[in-house]
Amino acid sequence: MSVSANQMTEEHPMEKLLRMDRIPHIWCPTCGLGTTVTALATAIDDLKLNYDNIAVVSGIGCTGRVAGYMKLDSFHTTHGRAIPFAVGLHIARPEMKTIVFSGDGDLVSIGGNHFIHTARRNVDMTVICVNNFIYAMTGGQVAPTTPLTARSSTSPYGNYEHPFNLPRLAASSGATYVARWTALHVRRLTQAIAEAISKKGFSFVEVIAPCSTLYARLNKLGSGLDLMKFYHDNAVIKHGADVNEVDIDFQSKIIVGKFVDIEKPTYLECLNEGNERVLGDKYKPWGGCNGDN
Amino acid sequence: MKLWRTPLDVDKLKIPRGELHIIKERCKGCGFCVQYCPKGVLKLSDEFNSKGYHPPEVVKPDECVNCDLCEMLCPDFAIFCVRVETEEKEVAN
Repeated sequence: MSVSANQMTEEHPMEKLLRMDRIPHIWCPTCGLGTTVTALATAIDDLKLNYDNIAVVSGIGCTGRVAGYMKLDSFHTTHGRAIPFAVGLHIARPEMKTIVFSGDGDLVSIGGNHFIHTARRNVDMTVICVNNFIYAMTGGQVAPTTPLTARSSTSPYGNYEHPFNLPRLAASSGATYVARWTALHVRRLTQAIAEAISKKGFSFVEVIAPCSTLYARLNKLGSGLDLMKFYHDNAVIKHGADVNEVDIDFQSKIIVGKFVDIEKPTYLECLNEGNERVLGDKYKPWGGCNGDN
Repeated sequence: MKLWRTPLDVDKLKIPRGELHIIKERCKGCGFCVQYCPKGVLKLSDEFNSKGYHPPEVVKPDECVNCDLCEMLCPDFAIFCVRVETEEKEVAN
């Protein structure tokens, strides 16, 4: 095999979907975020979607930088407001695939209310939540997903607060597709993201990703590679598992798989149907700003 | 490769071959590709890139079967695999 001397000129297959002027990215070595971005890009390619019809919205945090790195229509919103921005985007342009790619600290803590109410209204969008159990960018503070007894910079004696079980939160709020995978299960994760993008309604994919610099260091778990090995040994695939039983304890077994896949009318369908029922022929169904409406 | 049972279409099967391309300057030496390569093709080298990390090097180039796992796992978009069409028919024995 010959490896050419001028290696920086070789084009990586991901480069068509990345803003190459911003690469190399700032994520730490052994962070799982880059792997998750590859999974999303592969899923978009597998579905043969038109790049002009995809929007990626992120909030604040390490995961929030994804919107800046992807060469798609993307927006980096304020903290926790990725979902409300995406709801507006979806209502204005319903034909576009709206993907929210953000972290646990952004989506379910400060943005928690937006998350549950968008799931309740079943707005047609895909939410990819990268869960690294900690607020990584701001220095490792305790997050709503930090497992009990895990250490963080604001819980040096171990966390006393019960964490969120994100699949259960999404499913009980009304999401139509709920799955959880780790950053190690790249192929299954790619498939789950592809299914979530194709699914009509609020689709939620939780990705357990290693955080080497803060979560692993503060809890003395080694590097991100050690966390990947931990996922390899401790992830249990259980499709259709009861979401009440998929809690994550500190260094416990992680139940992964597709938990919920149901059909439900979306927000825009309900809006059009309800207005048609009342107004009859006078009402023109809403189809976005692009059409004649 | 050890087979439990010789497949009936063994003469038609061809093991895919891949060629690895490593963008050394982008690598952060996480070792995911080295750890999870199913064929053990890679190993972290002793050389440094300009950031001071050890990028991987290919130690068994003929073993790569173009499974793309290193490309998908790499968090830094620093390795990719290109399928190589082999002329001679390679048959699983």
